[in-house]
Amino acid sequence: MALTHLQQLEAESIHVIREVAAEFDNPVMLYSIGKDSAVMVRLAQKAFAPGKLPFPLLHVDTTWKFREMVTFRDAFCRENGFDLRVHTNREPEAAGMNPFDHDSQTYTTVMKTHGLVQALGKWGFDAAFGGARRDEEKSRAKERVYSFRDRLSQWDPKNQRPELWNLYNGRIHKGESIRVFPLSNWTELDVWQYIHLESIPIVPLYFAAVRPVVERDGALIMVDDDRMRLRPGEVPMQKRVRFRTLGCYPLTGAIESSAVTLPEIIREMLLTRNSERQGRMIDHDEKGSMETKKREGYF
Amino acid sequence: MIHEPLDERELIDRDIEAYLALQQKKEILRFLTAGSVDDGKSTLIGRLLHDSHMVYDDQLDALRKDSAKKSSAGGEVDYSLLVDGLLSEREQGITIDVAYRYFATEKRKFIIADTPGHEQYTRNMATGASTADLAIILIDARYGVLSQTRRHSFIASLLGIRHVVAAVNKMDLRGYDQAVFEGICADYAAFAAKLGLRDVHYLPLSALKGDNVVTRSESMPWYQGPPLLEYLETVPIARDQHTSALRFPVQYVLRPDLDFRGFSGTVASGVIRRGDRVHSLPSGRASTVARIVTRDGDLEEAIAPMAVTVTLADEIDVSRGDMLVHGDALPHVSRGVEAMVVWMHETELRPGASYLIKHGTKVVSAEVTAIHERVDVNTQDRHPARSLGLNDIGRVTLTAARPLLFDAYADNRATGAFIFIDRLTNGTYGAGMILAPAAADAAEGGAEGARGVTAAERLRRLGHKAAAVVLGAGAEGLAYALERRLWDEGFSAHVIGPREAGAVPVCQALGMISIVLAEPGAEIEASTQVVVEDGATVESVLKELRARGVLG
Repeated sequence: MALTHLQQLEAESIHVIREVAAEFDNPVMLYSIGKDSAVMVRLAQKAFAPGKLPFPLLHVDTTWKFREMVTFRDAFCRENGFDLRVHTNREPEAAGMNPFDHDSQTYTTVMKTHGLVQALGKWGFDAAFGGARRDEEKSRAKERVYSFRDRLSQWDPKNQRPELWNLYNGRIHKGESIRVFPLSNWTELDVWQYIHLESIPIVPLYFAAVRPVVERDGALIMVDDDRMRLRPGEVPMQKRVRFRTLGCYPLTGAIESSAVTLPEIIREMLLTRNSERQGRMIDHDEKGSMETKKREGYF
Repeated sequence: MIHEPLDERELIDRDIEAYLALQQKKEILRFLTAGSVDDGKSTLIGRLLHDSHMVYDDQLDALRKDSAKKSSAGGEVDYSLLVDGLLSEREQGITIDVAYRYFATEKRKFIIADTPGHEQYTRNMATGASTADLAIILIDARYGVLSQTRRHSFIASLLGIRHVVAAVNKMDLRGYDQAVFEGICADYAAFAAKLGLRDVHYLPLSALKGDNVVTRSESMPWYQGPPLLEYLETVPIARDQHTSALRFPVQYVLRPDLDFRGFSGTVASGVIRRGDRVHSLPSGRASTVARIVTRDGDLEEAIAPMAVTVTLADEIDVSRGDMLVHGDALPHVSRGVEAMVVWMHETELRPGASYLIKHGTKVVSAEVTAIHERVDVNTQDRHPARSLGLNDIGRVTLTAARPLLFDAYADNRATGAFIFIDRLTNGTYGAGMILAPAAADAAEGGAEGARGVTAAERLRRLGHKAAAVVLGAGAEGLAYALERRLWDEGFSAHVIGPREAGAVPVCQALGMISIVLAEPGAEIEASTQVVVEDGATVESVLKELRARGVLG
């Protein structure tokens, strides 16, 4: 008898989550409300059942998330009794920063990266779980499960600790922190299969529905609220669409789809020809942009 | 992502539920790819990903653009660009760190540890090998078995990889010649036998042209075996850890309320069953497994590598770092261990140094009691050594502040492995694979530190016995050539001039090799004396020192 690949991935992730809970004083689990976070939170529940999560969840809210995401987040955390912390970087917001007037690179750095670093400092978290997977992007392929960050939360790709077997080195100095990626070895397909197998609830935006969208720079952008600035000539159209990844709505492209069940989503993913990150405008700005963002403290 | 053959695609399209049910039966194969610079490793991986249809259109477009801009593939799509990730690597055209890649076929999910072939990156290869079941060793058909091939194979065997694919790449550049392939195989086989690599599969390929990667090569009809991907899908992986002794290192004590006290952990090897009589080490207290708890319900048994929570029938004291085992199959319990070490930091490992070691779920302080030898990774020759530098591999003895619960790494990877952590920087400085409990004297000597240092200990540390090599007063040239040679080989040798002969006894007590330029008739006090005749050479003196047992 051998474990299936999902059983094995599950066991390895649980091992990582327990190890962090055992060795760190004040860990936190980043909760981005997306499908990867949904899987990560389920794994954490499994790690400590029948007990509760021994750490809070953290959402870095840019205030530009889809409304359905925020509704889902609040209901999900309430029902499960999670300790949810929400942080927004208010300074740039007060100064008028928004995803329309500023290029997506600057916007992401300030709202997400700086927001995250602020939140870690505010609550004194020394370890932060993230749902990133190595198969998402080329520079992620070299990320460790424990990603060491200096006092400025920066990542140095040439100076990472060797990581052998399942012996993770969690020793840090005061003020330093680590990012932990329990889903490192999962692929997009693994995540969807697991959600299906475990009946994990996810935000309805992943399923196709008729939604108001405009076509902008080759992507379908949903008009989620009245803050959406329409360019001259743009008229919202009603289209049957869904999202493969979720983020800030003005920066997240939808795909036309009729998939309304998990198996249909998986079927569509298996037959499609474009990677999930294509829908994320922030990754395309410049070559190696993920590497650049991570050096600055992004997940 | 069309990563399936057509019939499977059809199934996805027609009956996704049936397809997903099939997917449930997949298992994971982790493998490592090792090769030298330019032997086509990145090309091979890119080809595996591409030919198994794991590459999306948007990625493929980017790849075509990049290939046209900057490519060493001469007009063809450069698959290596798919995997050379970091900016700094793309600039240099090399791979500088272990990267993990993923793909799946209908039979297995694959995790590739892509490790760079540069001399200075032995640590990365060891890192990738630590979790791999199988290693693909790439051999350039133009050059055959190189010292790098030996190095990669040695590290693979050291890290306990049992299955090796010797992939002879770039066969297109040798006219797909069977004789070339067979010659290289014969060379490799002789070498693999010495390393104890028993399961070696030989495969001729051209990663660039796609020969024998996913589909059978039409250019090499003489090769009867399966192409690489088919081999990877079907090779039976030795997972004898399921049948071996139970090792359950306690990772986390779960106390959600006063009524529940569970011990969470990952089954490192063996099987734990409800009702089993188990012992908690190091205390030795026994109890019975009351429940095996998971969020999805209680289990009757759990096998490696499941992550579960165990409750015991009795209130015995168990904490993180302890281990649950069966009474009839105990691990070693010892503070002293002898281990092979891969050193991964610029700060050298020296005897007497103290590190934290992380072994299983335990972090303990440990002192390096002795460094016995260094292994030349290219030749596997063993030399006496006093320190281990970056990328060195050697055999050492450690003494831990508290007893370690372990098995030999060769028997159990999970309980035989540890890492070195520097106390000041917190960096991971090295990796260790336990060979055996250390001999009692080494362990005690290191721990108490109160006993005098014995001649045997000096011998272990220095790698040679004390001796005086006596030359004529005029043989200065030979004396310094000998000093240099011995020094370079890791020995402590020094030249003593004609008027300093009185220093010889002190140097001998310190365990040194004294090269003495003596006046005729001078009395030299040393228990081992090698008198050098006229006409001797550095080589002949070394031979004599070895014959006399001076050099270890």
